[in-house]
Amino acid sequence: MKSLEDLKKIREQAAKKMSIRDEKNGYRVVVGMATCGITAGARPVLNRIVELVAEKDLNNVTVTQVGCIGECALEPIVEVYDPQGNRSTYCLVDPKKAEKIVEQHVIGGKVVEEYLIEKFKK
Amino acid sequence: MNELSLYLLDIMQNSIKAKATLINLDIIKNIDEDKLTIKIVDNGCGMSEEVLSKVLSPFYTTRTTRKVGLGLPLFKELSELCEGSFKIESKVGVGTTLTATFRLNNIDLPPFGNWVDTFYILVINDEDVDIKYTHKVIKNNETKEFVFDTIEIKNILDGMSIKDFSLMQWAKDYIKNGLEEIDAI
Ligand SMILES: Nc1ncnc2c1ncn2[C@@H]1O[C@H](COP(=O)(O)OP(=O)(O)OP(=O)(O)O)[C@@H](O)[C@H]1O
Ligand SMILES: [Mg+2]
Repeated sequence: MKSLEDLKKIREQAAKKMSIRDEKNGYRVVVGMATCGITAGARPVLNRIVELVAEKDLNNVTVTQVGCIGECALEPIVEVYDPQGNRSTYCLVDPKKAEKIVEQHVIGGKVVEEYLIEKFKK
Repeated sequence: MNELSLYLLDIMQNSIKAKATLINLDIIKNIDEDKLTIKIVDNGCGMSEEVLSKVLSPFYTTRTTRKVGLGLPLFKELSELCEGSFKIESKVGVGTTLTATFRLNNIDLPPFGNWVDTFYILVINDEDVDIKYTHKVIKNNETKEFVFDTIEIKNILDGMSIKDFSLMQWAKDYIKNGLEEIDAI
């Protein structure tokens, strides 16, 4: 059974760990969470990304939720901004693809070409 | 949308987009009256009479990326389909209150679905937005209640983000256990 008391203890432990972490490298992951995105399955995608970022302790990565990105038919859409500000727009993302995007691009620094929106738009 | 959670996610994103700093979410599962009530109160920018009169038609939105807004009409439609009611009140500069009811035993009422993950997503969307979530279950004239108040949590966290792995796990377990205990979903 979890309680608010547990939270205090967990917080103390997390604080110790936090002090030995490195600085932000500035990757930014943006997930479209408007009605169109949600209907297309954006929640499990966002959820997977948030979990991975937490699990792998990528405290230098920011995950943000935005409204409609403007390509409703290609949702769920995930945008990745690298530290230099270059944007990659991934479309029709599912939790498995999201994993690959995090592993290969956000951690590995290599764009996942096959999910890029340019490949799907005519 | 096949989960009530997804509707709530969508509707509460409106409050966040409206720059609310506090959102009250009340869910009341009244088994005695066979009624589910969902009430969302935000202190966001609110809407003028004119906007308010249009938002329930699926062709109104103030967004610029696409010409239709779907969130509110979908939620209204669901409540009506489930023999419930839908009411939205709003005042510019004050905020918006939305109340929807549903008949619990209506066959068209979708299950809550993955509410724990959904609610967590709402909590971390903008950590400057506070959410006070109260879930009540009324059965045989007895009321059981679960509360998740981000103000209270933030006081304990004292500046640390709830996105940290161990804190995320705590939050999800805490909500899951709390809701199970009152038999909420
Ligand atoms: N809580 C709120 N506070 C202020 N304005 C709101 C609120 N909820 C809705 N609105 C206004 O009503 C409009 C319609 O909302 P609705 O959720 O139906 O569509 P949307 O958010 O514009 O797009 P979508 O939900 O389809 O992604 C919004 O664009 C916004 O201007
Ligand atoms: Mg909306």
